[in-house]
Amino acid sequence: MRAYTPKDDVQAKAYYTDRFYVAPQVPKQDVSTDPVFAADLEAISAKFEVKESFIQVENMVIYINAKDIYAVLEFMRDSLEYTQLTEMSAIDWLAKDDTFEIFYQMLSMNKRKRTRIKFFIKNGDAVDSVEKLFRCADWSEREMFDMFGIEANNHPFMKRILMPYDWQGNPLLKTYPLEGDEFAAWYEIDKIYGKEAREAIGPEIRDTARVDRYDSERFARLGYEQPKGTKITGNEEPTVQSYQEEGGVFMVTKFDKDTSKIIDDPQR
Amino acid sequence: MAQHKVNYTQDGGLPVALTSIDKIVNWGRSNSIWALTYGLACCGIEMMASGASRFDFDRYGTIFRASPRQADVMIVAGTLTKKHAEFIKRLYDQMTEPRWVISMGSCANTGGMFNTYATVQGCDRIIPVDLYLPGCAPRPETLQYGVMLLQKKIRANSASKAQKPKRLM
Ligand code: SF4
Repeated sequence: MRAYTPKDDVQAKAYYTDRFYVAPQVPKQDVSTDPVFAADLEAISAKFEVKESFIQVENMVIYINAKDIYAVLEFMRDSLEYTQLTEMSAIDWLAKDDTFEIFYQMLSMNKRKRTRIKFFIKNGDAVDSVEKLFRCADWSEREMFDMFGIEANNHPFMKRILMPYDWQGNPLLKTYPLEGDEFAAWYEIDKIYGKEAREAIGPEIRDTARVDRYDSERFARLGYEQPKGTKITGNEEPTVQSYQEEGGVFMVTKFDKDTSKIIDDPQR
Repeated sequence: MAQHKVNYTQDGGLPVALTSIDKIVNWGRSNSIWALTYGLACCGIEMMASGASRFDFDRYGTIFRASPRQADVMIVAGTLTKKHAEFIKRLYDQMTEPRWVISMGSCANTGGMFNTYATVQGCDRIIPVDLYLPGCAPRPETLQYGVMLLQKKIRANSASKAQKPKRLM
C-alpha cells in the first residue's frame, strides 16, 4: 500500500516543483545474478573498458567509452549473438553537466536477452556511426541528428529526417519550447509568402479554447450565422438551417421528411 | 407511340426549361464538385468512408480525383504539418478556378490538439478556406452536410467569369 500523504492543501500546492521531473530509479541488481549476462559482460570487459554495469528490469546496462562503440557493437553482433539493434537515441543531460547520454538497445533472439550499451558525449561531439553494422541505425542516427543535433561520423547521408531540411533548432532538446521558437512559429509563412507577409497574416493563435462571438471573421454562432466581416451586435435574427434552397434546385428534388421512408430495421 | 411525358399545353408545347446562364452553370458546378483526395491524417479515414458505399459521395457528383488539375474542392482532412505546408499551397495553386476548400476537423481548422512546433495552426494560414467542419474527426454525415452547404454556397454566388478569385493576401 502507498504511504498516506496529508491531503489538506493539495489544491493549493503545485503538484510538482522540479522543472524537469526526475523519475524514481528502478532497483539495480548486480550482473553476477544472471549467468548469461555475467558471461557476456566478461567477454566484453576482456576487450574493452567497461565503466559501469548492472541489471535493471531484466536488461543489462553497460557504460563504455564513446570511441569503442563501433567495435563493441561489432563484437556483440558477431561473437555474442546480439543480432538486432532495436533502438537507439540520445538523452539530453545538457542542463546537468553539458552532456548527452547515447544508448543502443540490443536484442539477442537466441539468448532471449536484451542489453543496453550506453556512453556519454560532450555537447558538440560526434558519435561513430554504426550504420555499417545495422542498417536500421541509418534512420535512427538521422533522427538523433534531427532531434538533438548530434552528428554521426561516417554516416552515408547525414541529413534531417523528420523536420524539413531548412529547419533550425533541435526539437527534442529540453530547452526547445513545445510550441516552437520564433523560427518555428513563422516557418510556413516565411517560406511560402516571405517575411513581409508576417504582418498581413498575423501570429499563430494557440489558445484553442478561444471563442469570440463578436468576431465574424473567424467565428460563426451556430444558428445565427452572418456573412464574414459583419459587425455583430448580438441582436441577430436566427438563420434557418436547411440543406437546400426552398423549392429545390433544377432537377434535384428537395428532401422532404414527410414523404421520405424511414428504415427502422438496421439489419434490413 | 412514344411514352414521354411532355405536357404540350405548357411551355409553348416544347420540352423546355427556361433558366438563366448563372443558374445553369451553377447547377452544373454544384452537382459535380470533384474533390481532391487529400487525407493527411485520421480525418482522411472519415473522408474515405464518406466516399465509400454507405455514405456514397458519388450521389452528389462528388468524385475523388487524384490530381489537383481535375479537382474543384480540396478537402483538407487531417493535420497539416509545417513540413507539408508548402505542398498544400502548391497543390492549391494547381487547382483551376473556381476552386473551394473545405477544412475538415480540428487539426485543419486550428491545429487542434497538436499545439506544437511542427503543426500549422489552421490551414487558413496558408490557403483561403470556405467551410470549416468541426470535430475530431467529423463524422461522414458532417462532411456530407458540408458538401451540401458548399453546393448551396456555389448556387448562391454568381457564376460569372469575373468572380473575384480568393486570395489569402
Ligand atoms: S482532427 Fe482529430 S481525427 Fe482529424 S486529423 Fe486531427 S486528430 Fe485526427
